[in-house]
Amino acid sequence: MKKSLFDQGYLDEQFCQVEDLQDEASPNFVEEVVTLFFKDSGRLMSNIEQALEKYPRDFNRWDAYMQQLKGSCCSIGASRMKNECMSFRDSCGQGNVEGCMRSFQKVKREHAVLRQKLESYFQLLRQAGPAGAATRPIM
Amino acid sequence: MASCRSLGGEIGAPAPHVLAVDDSSVDRAVISGILRSSQFRVTAVDSGKRALELLGSEPNVSMIITDYWMPEMTGYELLKKVKESSSLKEIPVVIMSSENVPTRINMCLEEGAEDFLLKPVQPSDVSRLCSRVLR
Repeated sequence: MKKSLFDQGYLDEQFCQVEDLQDEASPNFVEEVVTLFFKDSGRLMSNIEQALEKYPRDFNRWDAYMQQLKGSCCSIGASRMKNECMSFRDSCGQGNVEGCMRSFQKVKREHAVLRQKLESYFQLLRQAGPAGAATRPIM
Repeated sequence: MASCRSLGGEIGAPAPHVLAVDDSSVDRAVISGILRSSQFRVTAVDSGKRALELLGSEPNVSMIITDYWMPEMTGYELLKKVKESSSLKEIPVVIMSSENVPTRINMCLEEGAEDFLLKPVQPSDVSRLCSRVLR
């Protein structure tokens, strides 16, 4: 399953870097970081949604929030979500409200899909036990 | 991963203590993980204000690694406060940022930052810091 997450572009090499930090002293490190990501990204997306409504055409504000979300995506290797964040920022740079709105919907979709896929992934890992511990996919 | 502990000098010497500062919980977790895997002792805080509070009470911080963009106090502002303090100015400060802005980088280096790392920070960045900053 992990290979498909990489093949379909949901995750990139940065996720492997995070996995490499997991060891006996931090046996659940990856899942902990991913949990933090979804908590943080949920909050940031809520901020963006409110800003889109309360601050019309405030591209600087919208961009600042999205920059934070993009940063979090980069940190865990959430590649497709990161790309949609970048599209949103491009639209901000162009002053394109429609583009921002469209991109934000895509960010939300990618966020939901990624959450579902990673939840399944970690569930599989738990079922597999220590013998099924994550290994680098063949790329 | 290469250990920074050997740079402490004596066998059995405590691991260097690094203060990591980042308002992003994800980035705090990742940078802490990288630093711990390099055998640093890590304290992570979410703001420049908290960093200064800790620096006031913790005498043995070997290095500060801070995000640039943080609300209320940027990493640059934290750097300036550290370098203006007679008790803190010798502590190496490393800045992290997700944006590659040459003027920002130069500004931080001129203010006395030891290094400027682009996020996401890699273990190899930290290994490089070990050998250069913690001599």
